[in-house]
This record gives sequence, structure tokens and C-alpha cells, in this order.
Amino acid sequence: MATETPAAQTPGKKVNRIRLDVQAYRGGKSTLCAGCGHNAISERIVEACFEMDVDPQRVIKLSGIGCSSKSPAYFLGAAHGFNAVHGRMAAVATGAVLANQHLVAIGVSGDGDTGAIGAGHFVHLMRRNVPMIYIVENNGCYGLTKGQMSPTADLGSKLKNGVVSDLPPIDLCALAIQLGASFVARSFSGDKRQLASLLKAAMAHRGTVLLDVISPCVTFNDHEGSTKSYAYVKAHDDPLGEVLFVPYFDDIVVDYEPGTTEVVTLHDGSRVYLKKIADGYNPKDKLAALALLDETARKGEFATGLLYVDPDRTSFTDLLNLVDTPLSLLPEDVLRPSREALDQIMERLR
Amino acid sequence: MSPESAIQETPAAAAAQEMVNDFSIQVATVNGSGSQTANLVLVRSLFQMGIPVSGKNLFPSNIAGLPTWYTIRANRRGYVARKKEIDLLVAMNPETAKEDVLALSAGAVVIYDEPLKLQDLRGDLIFYPVPFDKLVAPVCPDAKLRRLVRNVIYDGVLSKLLGIEMSELEAALGKQLGKKSKAVALNQAALKAGYDFADTNLPKRDRFRAERMNATQGKILIEGNAAVAIGAMMAGVTVVTWYPITPSSTVCETLIEYMKQYRLDKASGKATFAIVQAEDELASIGMALGAGWAGARSMTATSGPGISLMAELTGLGYYSEVPAVIIDVQRLGPSTGLPTRTAQGDILSTAVLSHGDTRHIMLIPNSVDECYKLTMAAFDLAERFQTPVFVMSDLDLGMNTWVADVLQYPDKPLNRGKRLDAGTLARLGEWGRYVDVDGDGIAYRSVPGDGMPTYFNRGSGHNSRGQYSERADDYTNTVDRLARKFETARQWVPAETVDVEPEARIAVIAYGSTHWAVEEARDQLRQEAGVKTSYLRLRAYPFTAEVGRFIDGHARVYVVEQNRDAQMLGLLKLDLTAEQVGRLRSVRYYTGLPIDARSVSDAVLAQERE
Repeated sequence: MATETPAAQTPGKKVNRIRLDVQAYRGGKSTLCAGCGHNAISERIVEACFEMDVDPQRVIKLSGIGCSSKSPAYFLGAAHGFNAVHGRMAAVATGAVLANQHLVAIGVSGDGDTGAIGAGHFVHLMRRNVPMIYIVENNGCYGLTKGQMSPTADLGSKLKNGVVSDLPPIDLCALAIQLGASFVARSFSGDKRQLASLLKAAMAHRGTVLLDVISPCVTFNDHEGSTKSYAYVKAHDDPLGEVLFVPYFDDIVVDYEPGTTEVVTLHDGSRVYLKKIADGYNPKDKLAALALLDETARKGEFATGLLYVDPDRTSFTDLLNLVDTPLSLLPEDVLRPSREALDQIMERLR
Repeated sequence: MSPESAIQETPAAAAAQEMVNDFSIQVATVNGSGSQTANLVLVRSLFQMGIPVSGKNLFPSNIAGLPTWYTIRANRRGYVARKKEIDLLVAMNPETAKEDVLALSAGAVVIYDEPLKLQDLRGDLIFYPVPFDKLVAPVCPDAKLRRLVRNVIYDGVLSKLLGIEMSELEAALGKQLGKKSKAVALNQAALKAGYDFADTNLPKRDRFRAERMNATQGKILIEGNAAVAIGAMMAGVTVVTWYPITPSSTVCETLIEYMKQYRLDKASGKATFAIVQAEDELASIGMALGAGWAGARSMTATSGPGISLMAELTGLGYYSEVPAVIIDVQRLGPSTGLPTRTAQGDILSTAVLSHGDTRHIMLIPNSVDECYKLTMAAFDLAERFQTPVFVMSDLDLGMNTWVADVLQYPDKPLNRGKRLDAGTLARLGEWGRYVDVDGDGIAYRSVPGDGMPTYFNRGSGHNSRGQYSERADDYTNTVDRLARKFETARQWVPAETVDVEPEARIAVIAYGSTHWAVEEARDQLRQEAGVKTSYLRLRAYPFTAEVGRFIDGHARVYVVEQNRDAQMLGLLKLDLTAEQVGRLRSVRYYTGLPIDARSVSDAVLAQERE
């Protein structure tokens, strides 16, 4: 629902410190494919906001274009939302945060939206350290346009039409660390425990949070020969016109311990290797973080957890030394300089 | 490589009578040689003598080393458009000197660097050779600095020849250089060296003279971009985003300076604004829209190439109804075009910028005063209509020096448009973001953090509640309402100015900086050809009904503009009847130099004779 205010709590329901139950944090019904990792991420956002006592009306949800960018409609229905154009969420979010630095800004983007068309804006968002949570729902492909290769697709990975990715992927986490993001983490959409704790930590951080969440596409990560391949479906489909076959899958759920590696078998039979960062890891060491990412990438694994944090880096709004009142709410007598000010300017131009 | 080399000249017969406060000076120098100081000092001195004056910089897209021309026009009747004829040439640039001299009309004056030996080129000009290097050496012992003070010598020469008062030149130099005492002393000495040389060696043989008047009392000297900046500050802008591009960079650079002085919170010293140099124009408009959606007064400033890049996001602003102000200081396109030349070439593309059915409000200032006023108006209109609003300035207006009345303090409070508050919410009972409750096409909006009901802003299909919709009726209802909103805007944009001349059968329609050439051309037509004209100046898009009525009252209406394709005429056609369109004629000027009056009057007369 687009225009609802938070519901008062239902009797007997568990409420948080601002007297809202979890229902008040839900959004519209998802139109993404069943089993899509993005839906699980929306769930975690709902829970994290509820548990962190975030007032939904203080939240702004922003996105670009793509499957991932549709998801802000599916959480926090009571928050303001802005679904922008492809690749431009970072810029729109920056402007909104400047207008009101006290809002909790949650941006949701995809690997194409961020790593391809939006790369330039992503770079400068991190560099500025704009206080916001920037979530990439990373599936290595363009889902909404039916499965083209994205810049985070692994070298050698194959599309259903046989196209093989022959370029190395962009590692968004490594990029973000290099560029100055002050909170960089990676997780997997099915890892409830890890994702929830990362989201809660992200909400407490003032600066740019990059959260790269591996979120498999259930529909377009098919391999040739798979029973879900496009060719197979065409052969076994009732001829009812051009109907896209979307098999139903359950959500993939993982739960593994720090320091261990989890092999996740995806819906299409392919596997993802997740290496959870060990407890002794120091996330304030930038070089160690980059080395870890490089090392795991070489092994074909994804390091997950809080990779890097710099709690002391000044956020962009602090850097600009803004007054405490949101710029958007400043009254006219503050906004319009005095008659004397204009006279002074005119005097200098005489 | 003269700026006029591609233009047909009409040689004016050299009359013998004295020309008092009616002349143009063209200084031809090399970019980066400190000539800007010498030129602005000349402009300021004439201004301080009470003479109407304008300075136009014809500069290259380069930092140092390429030819640059600066044209100063003094005119006792107040004509400030570029004058086609050059009366006095100051030839300092060996690269262009010969061509510059050959382009002059008979009777013109040439002050030149003696080693260039220009006097043998033509017998119908008046030559004044000046040995600049010999004069600068004793004045400036430091050889490295000579290049920078050398140009001020011609100010001294012109002072003696034209009668520009030395005391005013010295005062202007002081104002120009401010507190740099060493520089002031050096330049004052160079000024005097030029004056003394002319006094001893150059007996006056020309007919041009400056004489004190009282036409600039209480006025200011200002560039259009600075006036836009002041307008934005007085309109309460809080989020400014920009990407450097000629000729608009000085809008935001000037704004930064003013905001740092006048928009810091007195108690805390903190900023009541955020100014961000963005990574590109896509980010500039993206940030401006994000801020506008969140309730800030936001703006960006750019030029044609940036406008092209902003197309997609402008469409988002239009369709999801987000306010932002975009200053377009137009330059000569297409593509990179001529970045340092002026044009009115973005009119058509900006009016309908972005794919699909879009229409945008454009405000078109003709003067520095309107740069100030219409920028302020743009912020009110952007919030009133919840849409991007464009201020269509141009390089001539934006980067050149103009004499103007002091800018007046605004007499109206800010108009923040239809914002939802508790009272309105109670009155409406139920609120939907895009529900047209008042019938004017404008709905009520809430902004994040205001405590009012929320909505989802999207550039995809939506219904009146802001919910995603692919229904045909939702789509048509939305875009029809946007069209209704645009109709409402006709009553709120600055109206056309109209000057109907009784008995005039023909009329002129113009807009923006073209105004100054048109005013002068109307006088030329009346005085030289006995042709009376009425005149309507467009100040905004959409137009008001006045335009049609004005056309109905005249047999032929000349639409004068600075582009090749008669862009405004094309826009007018969309609003007019076939009969009205049949009365329209077109006058176009697109050399990249500011349009001059003679080009207008000649074109009108030529078409009248057809």
C-alpha cells in the first residue's frame, strides 16, 4: 500500500520500543519470482527495522531499475519511496540525504544497476561517504530483461543461450573499500542470521554502507542441458503462446559458523562457495580486507561477513557542516538573506 | 581568423562629424595575457563617467595562447547590443592583426603594436602606432611581469585619445585589482606611460570622443550568471548541484561565494545549504531531483551538452512530479559546437526534453535583472507545479558585463506550492499523491520527514495514489492531468511584454538576449526606413493567449531568434491557428556572436521587399 501510515499494534502482538508490531514494517506483495533471493532480503530489512525500532516514516527507500529495484515496494510500506531511473539511485539518494540528513536512507540496487550503468555514480557515492545503506542484490545477471550477463558474472559462467562470460567480474566490495565506503560487507540472501546482524550494524553506522548480498536468480541461472533450460521448457511446454516458464522453488536457506566454508547448491544445480569470516578477523584493516577478497576470489569463493569498517571517517553531510535542522524544513527567514545583505552585494557592484 | 570574417559587412560611410559617446572598441589580444583586466577597467571607467556601456568577450575555448577579442560599446542612447561595425581596433595580437584590420570599415581607427607595421595595409583608416615593449620596460623592471601589465598601456592611450578621464581609470583599476597594492602600483604606472606617450606622440586625427553623462547613476555592473546566483540565493535554494561547463560554471562558483557570506547560520556558523560538484550532469540532475523530492529547494546549472545528458532524469521529474530548477546558459551547438559562443539553440529540445510526451516550463530572461527575477520565479514555479523548471539564459547574457539597475529585494514571500499539512489533510479527508482535488492538475504532496502520509515516487506507470499500475485508464488519466497542469501554468508563468505601435502593420516577436538588438533595430527601421513595428517579447513557455491576439493584430510578424532552425517559431506553431501561422516570418542569426541590430533590420527590410 502506498499511502498507509504505521498500523497501531494488534493486541497480543510483540511490539518494539516505538510501539509498532512487525506488521507495520511490511510492504506490498512481491511480484518477483517465487524463491527469488531478493524477497528474503526484503524480509531481513523488515525484521532489522522492527528490531532496531526504526520509525518507518523516517525511512526513505530508493532504487533504480531492475528486479532488485522493484523490491523497495515489498518492505516498509509506510516509508517514503523513490524508484528512480536505471543506474541513478546513488545520485537521487545523495540529493535526498542532503535535503534531510536525519532520514534513514536505504537504497536497493542490482549488479547491473550498480556495476554497469550506475558505476560512475556508485564510485562517487562511496568516495563521498554519503550516510546511507546501499544494498546490492547481486545475482550476476539481468533478470528483468530475461537473463543477460552482468558485470559481476563470474568468468566462465554461462547463460542459458550459451553465452559465456569472458571478462573478469567487478568485485563491488573491493571497489567500495578502495573508494572510501566506511562499512563494507557481503552476505548471502539465505543467511538469515548473518544478514540480519549486518543490517542492524549498518543501521547504526553513519557513512556509506555497502552491503553486497549474493542473491541467486531462480529463473535465469540455467545451464544448457538443465531441465529448466530454455530449450527444455520450449520442448515440453503447452503451445499457449510465448509464455515464460518460471519454475517454483523454495528459498535457499543457509546457516553456518564463522571461519567455515559453506557450499550452497543453487536452484539450477550450480554451486556457490561462501567463506564466512572467522571471529578473529580485524575489519578495520583495509589492506587485510582487500587481501582477503583477492585470495577468496582466486579460489572461486565469496568471503562473507563484515569485511571492512571505518567508524571514524567523516560522513558527507558532516563534511558539509550542515545545520542540524534538515535543509528541507528550514523556514523562510533562514532561507532568504536580509535586505542589508542584498544592499551590501549591490554596493560592491556599483 | 577574425570573428567577423564569415559575415557580410555593410561598410558605413565615414562621416566627418564628431561621434560623442557613440563608438565601439574592439581589443584583439591573446588569451591569458591579462587583457581581461585592461578591458574591464575600460568598461568600468566609461560606466563611472555615466555613459551607457556594454562589454562582450569573444573568447576562444582555450586557457592561454589563442586569439581573443573583447568588444566595448559606449552609446549615449543606451543601445547595448553588439554593434556590427568596429570604430576603434586595438591590435595587440600578431596572429590576427592583419585580418582584423582588413575587416574594418573605412574611417575606423587602429591602435596597434608598432612592430606589426599595420599602417601600410590600408589607406582609408586612421593608424596610431604604439611601441608597447619600449613603454613597458621602464615601468616594469621585472621582465616576467611585463606581459601582464603591457595591456594596460592601451587603456592609457585610449584615455588620451578618447577623453576617458584618468581619475576614473585609476579608480576602476583599484576596484578591479582590490588589495593587491604592488599590482595596482605597476598598472597605474603602465596606464600613465600609455597616456603620456599618446599625449606627446599621437595628435588626435579621429572623430570619437567620450564625455561625462549622467545615465548610470545608482546602477551596477554585473554578469548574468552572477545575477542568477543572487536570485537563487534570495529564492532560498538549499541544495545546489553542478558539473563544470562553459558558459555556466560561474553561476555556481559565484553562488558558492555568496552563500558562504550570507547563508551561514549566525549562531552555529553552520551551512543552511549544500553545494556539490557532481561527477557528471546525470548526477547533478539526479541529486537535484532527490533533494527536490525530499522537500529542499534545489537547482543545477549547465549548458547544452549537460541538458542533453539530463534528458532521462528530466522525464522522471516531469512524470513523477518532482520540483527542481535547471539553469541552462546556452552556447552554440550541436555537439561540443562552439563552447564559447552564444546561441538560443536549446529552446526546442528543452521544451520537450526526454522521451514520451513531456512539456517543460521554460523561463527566458532578457537582461541581468530578469536573470535575477526569473531565477527566483523559477523556484516558486517548480514547487507550485511540482516539476523541473528551466531558466534559459545564454552566454551573451551570462558571461558578459552589463549595466543594470540595482536588483530589488523580493516583495513576495516564497511560494512552496501545495504541501500537505494537518489542516489540508482534515479538509480532504482522504489523500492520494496524484489526486487532482482542485481541478488545476496540481495535487498535494508530502515530503519525507514532515509527518504527513507517505507515498511511493516512481517513474513507472502509476495511478492517482502513486501505486504501480499498468492500466490504460490510469496511464491516460495521469498524462492528461499533466497536460492540464501545463495549461494551468499559462496563468502563472511571466507574461509576455507587449509594445503595440499604433498603425504598425508589421511586428516582431523575440525573446532572451535578442531583445537588445530588436529594440535598436526597431529604431533603425523607424528612423531609416519609416517602418513602424510592434513588439512582443516572450518570457516563458508555455505562452499566454496574448501571443495569438498580438499576431491577429498585424499583417506580418517576424520571429527573431539566435538559432538556425527557427526553434521558437516551431514551438509557436503548436499553439497557433493556421491563419496565425501564415503571418509568421523568421529572422535567424547564428554566427555564435551576439546578434546585432543591423542584422535584424536588414533581414526585416529584405523580406518586406519580397
